[in-house]
Amino acid sequence: MAELTGIGVSTGLAGGPLLRIAAVPALPEPAPVADAAAEVEKAFAALAEVVADLGRRADRATDATVAEVLRAEAMMADDPMLREAVQEGIEGGTDAVHAIDAAFATHRAAFEAAGGYLAERVADLDDLRDRAVAVCLGRPMPGVPQPGHPYVLAARDLAPADTADLDPEQVVGLVTADGGPTSHTAILARALGLPAVVSCKGILDVEDGTLVTLDGTTGVIETGVSAEAVDAVRAKASEAAKAIADSSGPGRTSDGHAVALLANVGSGKDAVAATEAEGVGLFRTELLFLDRTREPGLDEQVAAYREVFAAMAGRRVVIRTLDAGADKPLPFLHQDGEPNPALGVRGLRIARQRPDVLTTQLAAIAQAAIQTDADVWVMAPMVSTVAEAAEFAAAVHAAGLPKAGVMIEVPAAALRAEKLLGVVDFLSIGTNDLSQYTFAADRQVGTLAELLDPWQPALLQLIAACGAAGKATGKSVGVCGEAASDPALAPVLAGLGVTSLSMSARALPAVRASLAAHTLAECERLAAAVLDAEDPAQARKLVS
Amino acid sequence: MPTRTVTVGSASGLHARPAALFVQAAAAAPVKVTIQVGEKRAVPANSMLSVLSLGAKKGTEVVLAAEGDGADEALDGLADLLARDLDAEEPANG
Repeated sequence: MAELTGIGVSTGLAGGPLLRIAAVPALPEPAPVADAAAEVEKAFAALAEVVADLGRRADRATDATVAEVLRAEAMMADDPMLREAVQEGIEGGTDAVHAIDAAFATHRAAFEAAGGYLAERVADLDDLRDRAVAVCLGRPMPGVPQPGHPYVLAARDLAPADTADLDPEQVVGLVTADGGPTSHTAILARALGLPAVVSCKGILDVEDGTLVTLDGTTGVIETGVSAEAVDAVRAKASEAAKAIADSSGPGRTSDGHAVALLANVGSGKDAVAATEAEGVGLFRTELLFLDRTREPGLDEQVAAYREVFAAMAGRRVVIRTLDAGADKPLPFLHQDGEPNPALGVRGLRIARQRPDVLTTQLAAIAQAAIQTDADVWVMAPMVSTVAEAAEFAAAVHAAGLPKAGVMIEVPAAALRAEKLLGVVDFLSIGTNDLSQYTFAADRQVGTLAELLDPWQPALLQLIAACGAAGKATGKSVGVCGEAASDPALAPVLAGLGVTSLSMSARALPAVRASLAAHTLAECERLAAAVLDAEDPAQARKLVS
Repeated sequence: MPTRTVTVGSASGLHARPAALFVQAAAAAPVKVTIQVGEKRAVPANSMLSVLSLGAKKGTEVVLAAEGDGADEALDGLADLLARDLDAEEPANG
């Protein structure tokens, strides 16, 4: 048994044989044909296997269009003219692999010459050729394996095209040699709820079929384990899945300490879908302003806000005032020409230039709040100083709204959390931006992903400062960034003094189950341990 | 030799689904059927790759030919299939 380590990017446990995405086989040197009949039989068997495989995939496909495309491909591989050309080639002295290659080449040329729709089908022919050649050479067919049983998929990195074909009945976990926490693989794995580890050097040296177990939280992969070990991990995984499925009600630790579980929404539609949430922890209002050359009017804003408030009747809705600038430019604000937009006039800073935009928005929020019975809290993005917070709170209260808060997105605000809570009613930590500004690492630069890992001890230390300020003042401190949706991190955040977590509605059950598995004292112990960790990898290991 | 001249009725031409349905029907016929577009060489109607290569679009005129017992019935059936808009029809087993 050996242990490999990568970055855990999608929590959960998985186990099974490791199978990699097979590469397209290179054509070997031509070989002399001793027995033409046997060689023809070999070539036909390879084509038949490709046809059968496509047929099986078509049978399994849940989408009628996908099934139809696969069946059409199977018919191309099952073509009598193709077989005739292969047979003629072999009888003329060409070996099976090269005869298949040549037969496909003829049709490929015809498709290319026809142009248009047919030229676009050339890739299908190449794929069929690659599959038939691979079978002929005794290798696995290229692409995502479909062995018909559960396995852990390994790859250098996953292309979007590979992932379209992922069968959740078969693929139980993902491991890639490359990629970071924000890579396509990571996003996809979280969306599918598949445990995943990225950046695992050495995974491609593990032989196909080796039994492995994978921990998507710690990033640890054990290779060459026993079948019993795989069974044990699977049992644990299904127990965890059951705990998630069975979890319900408000967020709390096993000893009853409440941590509100809220949803991030951008529209009334999102709010209606967030049935499991105790409220909305982040209502982004930018959507209404995007792609507009003119600011939306008061009435239009009232209607849009009312829709979300009404869907959350009786529950909390934390609405964020316009967060524009940097990666969210708005035409009507005419912000062109900033040398460093991420460090420029964005978030609440826009109110310095355009106070009317904020005033109108607060008036609209107040009107919508009166018309519904949601518990409306208002917060400002990108606040850096106590003076900014005080000014914002005054504007919110002047509009007749009782609860004013600010987002913690820059280290300056986190360091002054207690002073901020002296002038506002609550804090909400936006971990994505707080990471970006703490590490001076652009969120949109994929190669800096490790710096944006929510398990970075420096980030957690800033969150701890906010949590401590919340405890000292008895006020709420929420987290509404990527970090809030990580089930493994939830107990740590609770231990740091965070009182609410806001995430996409889909992530909520797993976070609730994770919180319910720990006492508050355990959460606090984990929080202390994680703050002491050397790096994100060690921090993850400490909680598993 | 019995022949039929037909105008392709499917919206997307003799591609994808219409081609698959036509080739399947031709393969099931008791006689060997060929299909020809203009001056191009006639190709076996049971070959998906050959039929696709014809590049027949909606409105393209094709000539079907077959010889032997049941040739006329087979050609009538295939001609009827080609003239219809197969794209507009629901998949039978979808």
